Amino acid sequence: MIKTDILIIGAGPTGLFAVFEAGLLKLRCHLIDALPQPGGQCAEIYPKKPIYDIPAFPEILAGDLVDNLMKQIEPFKPGFTLGERAETVERLDDGTFIVTTNKGTKHNAPIVAIAGGLGSFEPRKPPINNISDFEDTGVEYIIRDPEIYRNKKVVIAGGGDSALDWSIFLTDVASSVTLIHRRNEFRGALDSVEKVQELKNLGRIELITPAEVINVLGDSKVEGVSIKRGDEVFNRECDHFIPLFGLAPKLGPIADWGLEIEKNAIKVDNSLDYQTNIPGIYAIGDINTYPGKLKLILCGFHEATLMCQSAYQRIYPDKRYVMKYTTVSGVEGFDGSKKEAPKAVIKSID
Amino acid sequence: MTDIKISIIDRNGTLHEVDAPTDMNMNLMEIVRSYELAPEGTIGVCGGMAMCASCQCYVLSDHELPEMSYDEDAMLAEAFHVKENSRLGCQIHMKPEMNGLKVELAPES
Repeated sequence: MIKTDILIIGAGPTGLFAVFEAGLLKLRCHLIDALPQPGGQCAEIYPKKPIYDIPAFPEILAGDLVDNLMKQIEPFKPGFTLGERAETVERLDDGTFIVTTNKGTKHNAPIVAIAGGLGSFEPRKPPINNISDFEDTGVEYIIRDPEIYRNKKVVIAGGGDSALDWSIFLTDVASSVTLIHRRNEFRGALDSVEKVQELKNLGRIELITPAEVINVLGDSKVEGVSIKRGDEVFNRECDHFIPLFGLAPKLGPIADWGLEIEKNAIKVDNSLDYQTNIPGIYAIGDINTYPGKLKLILCGFHEATLMCQSAYQRIYPDKRYVMKYTTVSGVEGFDGSKKEAPKAVIKSID
Repeated sequence: MTDIKISIIDRNGTLHEVDAPTDMNMNLMEIVRSYELAPEGTIGVCGGMAMCASCQCYVLSDHELPEMSYDEDAMLAEAFHVKENSRLGCQIHMKPEMNGLKVELAPES
């Protein structure tokens, strides 16, 4: 069981900055994120795109913003559970919460702060009527263990990096690899496109373009797919069909936590501290809603700051505290490090 | 005159005729959001970077629209429910010559 003071769900900019504000109050944080790396959308969707409305940064790349935040919170040694999705929450008799991930990792904290952005990133599923019938029997949207494809016939659909890279990788594992894409052009890295071309020339990848899979064939498991190219429809035998169309955020299991939801977002008390209808559970950043809400990183930073002050009061109801300025008090890390403004030098003149 | 009239068929098939400003650098996805014609979180998910296709729409009138950028074209190659007249709403900025434009929102995916 992982124990912490504030359990933050979502390691995007808002969740990361909450670690800093909590650290100033000597509260420890642990973050859960469905993605394998911190940074949320900034890292996953647009790391190389500039942001122009972070105060005091006329321009900063989203990826650099995440790197800077990671550096800023380093003294506060946050814990991370990455690549796992927060699945359930349970309130114990002592008022603390247990949050369990899809992989069964349990976290215990008196405060839960949901900073989940637009939700957890999940694979985009193509609108093929019967595809959901085969989700445990040969259709996979994410490749977790390439070994299951050893000596199997595999059909991959998609035109991005992930479709190209896995097609290349699986030529050494599967007995046959077919790649289907709606266009003749691929938008992946040039190296990958060239490699697929080479493997196609060698007859190791069958490329079917411009085409798409319109049906999955089989009784109890995948036995093939129907493919449409222009007006022509034909079948290909296969053991696995792997559609790789990238990720899209979904609110996911959080929607079932008993929180008040409005417009695909969690309602919070913005006049006070961004707490939800469940005392002890807060929602900050893009995932919350209140009158006048703006989904901006800078608003997320503000919300994180107020949330931490409220969380401190909740954890230590009898302790008096006033907010302190870092310029005055410095930053004392949990690792014993201390950053502070240089002291004035007093020297007399003879 | 900085407003134009555009017609938007929402995902339930209802037609809305709305005024769209042309002087605020607004795109079609933002017009849809400003009139709340699709639930928040189901449109403009990537914020308008042509990176999610949640604002895909079908252009029903024969207006001449700005040419598709590489990013938009590439995103539509990966999107679902794509037709000949598919465009990403976030890439269509409101211009006076678009007065009378008619579009239909593609299904949520």
